[in-house]
Parts: sequence; structure tokens; C-alpha cells
Amino acid sequence: MTLIFRLLSVLILLSVPSAALAQQPLQVDIARGHLEPTPIAIPDFIDAGGTDSRGADIAGVIAADLESSGLFTTVDERAFIEDIQDFNLRPRFQDWRVINADALLIGQVTRQNDGRLLVGFRLWDTRLQEQMVGLQFVTAPENWRRVAHRVADAVYERLTGESGYFDTRVIYVSEGLGPRGEPVRRLAMMDQDGANPSFLTDRSYWSLLPNYSPSAQQITYVSFLDGQATTYVYDLESGRQEALFASGGTGLARVDPDGQSLSARFSPNGEQLAVSIELQAGHDIHLFDLRSRNLRRLTEHPADDVEPSFAPDGDRIVFSSSRSGGSQLYVMPVNGGEAQRVSFGEGRYTAPVWSPRGDLIAFVKQHNGQFSLGVVDAGGSGEERILYQGYYVDTPAWSPNGRVILFTRGDRGREGTEYEIWSVDLAGFNLRRMPISGQSSDPAWSPLIE
Amino acid sequence: MKFKLFMIAGMSAVLAACASTPPATTEAPPSEPPQTTRTDTPGTVDQGPVPGTEAHFVATAGDRVFYDLDRSTLTAAGRETLRRQADWLNAYPGTDILIAGNCDERGTREYNLALGARRANAARDYLVSLGVSPSRIQTVSYGKERPTCRESSERCWALNRNAITMISGGVTG
Repeated sequence: MTLIFRLLSVLILLSVPSAALAQQPLQVDIARGHLEPTPIAIPDFIDAGGTDSRGADIAGVIAADLESSGLFTTVDERAFIEDIQDFNLRPRFQDWRVINADALLIGQVTRQNDGRLLVGFRLWDTRLQEQMVGLQFVTAPENWRRVAHRVADAVYERLTGESGYFDTRVIYVSEGLGPRGEPVRRLAMMDQDGANPSFLTDRSYWSLLPNYSPSAQQITYVSFLDGQATTYVYDLESGRQEALFASGGTGLARVDPDGQSLSARFSPNGEQLAVSIELQAGHDIHLFDLRSRNLRRLTEHPADDVEPSFAPDGDRIVFSSSRSGGSQLYVMPVNGGEAQRVSFGEGRYTAPVWSPRGDLIAFVKQHNGQFSLGVVDAGGSGEERILYQGYYVDTPAWSPNGRVILFTRGDRGREGTEYEIWSVDLAGFNLRRMPISGQSSDPAWSPLIE
Repeated sequence: MKFKLFMIAGMSAVLAACASTPPATTEAPPSEPPQTTRTDTPGTVDQGPVPGTEAHFVATAGDRVFYDLDRSTLTAAGRETLRRQADWLNAYPGTDILIAGNCDERGTREYNLALGARRANAARDYLVSLGVSPSRIQTVSYGKERPTCRESSERCWALNRNAITMISGGVTG
């Protein structure tokens, strides 16, 4: 099983010469684009021989990616007038203007002599009649979905001005009941659009709360392999895993044998983990250096301090704590020191995750029997925005560009809460269920891999 | 008194599937049978569980204590149950126990893992204060992952906010 993305070779396609017009180029407003999604036409990529209609598959994946952002709407292919035969020629723009396609994405797939696929595309601004971006990828045939996601990322990036998030993966917990009614919690992995699902752990022990390393080569998760919650690091390429703070002889940093260790998050440079470990006095935030194996305690409050998450600059850590009674969110310097409270609304705040952009912290709030997913100003003003409210919410996970949040959504079921992973954008729009069969929770969103 | 308790315990083992109220040895709010009566053997039902077994422990002491919403402090009823557990454990000093802390499903996952640990620890600390050696006690938190009662209702949530004591070693018979 190949878990690590193989590098693709990329070539920039030169623009087909065009007559420049003095007009504003096509631009998608990422904050308000959902109000009026940009129409884009994506004809099937041209199959230039021996590719078994891969061109249609690739166009389909690109269209689904762009539509899932809520910022784009694809033009129905039955409205198409021009039948693109050569993607190196300038399209007949009038044919695309009359069907209201502001953007036109055309592409071609060729099987090379060495068996690899050559995929090229050009994105056109139909009003300015200008090429906005053109790229060419060479890859193994089985990587065609990845290439499609890369094209979608390039289109998203060119039109919104922000990096894309389609060429990514999601690791999550697949939930269920075993033959004797025992709870089953397995780690599973899939492409961001739900394709290529596979299990990472088996049903013989619980696996919870995964988090990606910045390189996407490793994850941390909470394993019950040793009988109680224990922080593990799992290498995605080799499949090898190790307990970091086990009480037995195998652990690398010895902690209280009766204490549990919970979800660990990587520092932005990937060298350290922030993790809550149970000591005699309760749960405290610790910093673990992955190279020196040194474990340092950062908080010493008798209340439980849990759920640490690094700021993207690596200088601060947000965590939740019951030190003021009900659980609230606190930010402290990464070297320890005084913690500043950053949540001030009514209710119980948990599960903070710092945005990759740095300005916001996603959280879960419980109040009056309802759960909310929200974001709060990381600076401490207390200003917050609720993105989703419902019966149950847990474990927010940011898209690598900080524009979309995946989260566990629970709804009242016959045998307790039923869990699914949903996404919502930063404006609180475009609420979507992730296409996962069965119950699922604890999404971890991989970074973009170059 | 003891004899009477054994009789009731025998009945509860027979009626376990009918969700009858467990013996008076379990504290008030839940109307749910003890979950861990797995060591019963057919020949012993009439006499009650064999002394020193987990079933005997459940019947005489009660295997679980309950907590208020979002709390890990012992209730008066919980302390009462733990006193009976300590009596039993002091009477059978060869046994070891595992205390599992549990939470209702109305909380986030990591928060509940921490809260469950606090609940297990509160029960452990009280048993230790009553003379049970800490070396006999292990604790674990299952957070919200292992509910006794699966419905989404206040009744079930109250049942699932608990610390359950299980005999993990040294059982005779």
C-alpha cells in the first residue's frame, strides 16, 4: 500500500498568444464567492490516444472538487457549443460567453511511450480571452486522481488567490460495533473527496484522535493497544508505530504508570509534540522533543489541561482547561509561562485548534444542551463566530489553507449519538457531509504535499 | 442481613436480562442491572454467588458509583458504595481491581477521556483512604467510548457517568 504521495513532474504551459484587453481579470472572492458561485465550463479532457476515456474521469474529479468549495458552479455540458478538439488552439470564446461560462478549463491526456500519463490543461478567462494558467503533469497512470486534484488546486489558486486543498488526504476514526456489541474504533484514510478509503488500524483495539505531521509522513493518535489511552506515533510509509509515553518498558519517555496520554499535535516545524499527559495531580500540557526524546511539563494547574494545539508561528499553544470552573480556552507561550484566557462566552469550550492562518482558533462550545462549532479571535478579544450549531460537535480540523473546517457532527440516533464527518466554510456556509460509509469521527486533514 | 442480600443477589442474577432494580447495595438513580455478572455458574444461583468472586463483589458491594453532570466528586451514595467495596476488598486481600471511569456522550472525546480518569481516580483515592492498598488498584478511563446504556436520554446519560470497579486478579473459585 503506497501511502506517501509520489512526486509528479510539472511543466508550465506557455500561453497561447492572445489580444490583451484592458479589463479586470476574472477573480473569485473567497469570502463572499459562495453567494454567487463562479460559472466554469470543464469539458472532458481530450483523450489523445490510449487513455481509456481517462479524460472524462479527470474532468469529473476536477468539477467535483471545485463545486465542493461552494465557490464554483460547473456549466452543464449539454449547453456546450464548441467541441474542443485541440487544446493548443484558442477556444471560440463567444461560444463559451453565450452559455455564461466565465472560466473555461480545457485539457488533454496522452499516454507516453513509457506508459506514463501526460496531462495538460489551460484555464481561460472567457471575457478577457486570456489564458490564466496552463500546466502539464507527467505521472504514473494510477495517479490520475491526484493529477486531477492538482489541476483543481491550480484553478482554485489562480482564481481565488489562495492555495488550494484538493490534493490532500483525510485520516479519521471509523466507528461501529463488533459482533458482541463492543465498540470498534479504527483509523481509516481516504482522499479528501472520499476516494481510495483504507484502514490503518484493526478492530482489536481503539484508535482515536489522529493528527498529521507537517510533512504528512506521520500521524499521532491515541491508542488503547496497551489497555488505556496512550499517545502513539504512526509512520504512514512503513506502517510502524510506537507508544511515546507508555508506562511499560517500551516507552521512550517514562511517565506515571497509571496515567494516560492523550492526543498529540506536531509543532509547525515537526520537531516537537504538544500533548496532555495525566500525572498524579491531573492532566497537564507537555512538550515532547522528537529528537532528544526530552519531555517537559508546561502547565502545573491542578485542573485538567488538555487538547493542546500550536499556533502556526510555533510560539504559542492553545489548550482547554477547567481551571476557572467550566472548560475554557487558554493561550500560553510555547516555553510555558502565564496562560491567557481567550474564550469568554457562555458555555463549555473544548477542542481548540489553531488556524493555519494564525488569526483564529476553532473550538467546540456546549451550551444549553446544544453544541456549536465556532472560531474565536486568537488575540484574546473574545470575538467569536458560530459556523454550525447542532446536537453534537467535536474535533474541528482545518483545511491547509484555513478556509474550510472538517468536524465530527453527531445526531441523535436509536442507539446513542450517530457520528459523521461534515465540512463547513469559514463563513459558515457550504455545509456538506463527507462521503464516508458508516459512522465516522475525528477528522485529521493532511497538509498539501508538493 | 448478609443472608438476605445473597438471596436478592441470586434473584438479580436470574433476572438480569429483565432490567430489574439491582440489590439495595447499588445506589439509587439508575434502574439498570450490574453489567459484570459474568462469573455466575449455574449451580450457584440458588445460594448466591460464590464468596470471593466478582459476582459476589457486585452483589455485596455494588460495582459502580455515579457522578453528577460534568463532575468527578463522589456523591454521598457513591462513598457509601465505595465503603462496601473497601470492606469486601479488605476481606479478600488477594484480589486486584481495575476501576474504569466513564462519561456520558454529551461531551467532546478528549475532554471526556480526562473526565473519566478523574472519576476513576476519585474512586481509587477513596478506596485507598479506607485501607485498600494502592498496589491492588489500576485505573483506566474509557471516556464516552463504552456506555453501559446506549440510548440518547437523560436516564442513560446518568447511568453512564460512573466509575466501575472490576475484579482483575486474585479471584478464588
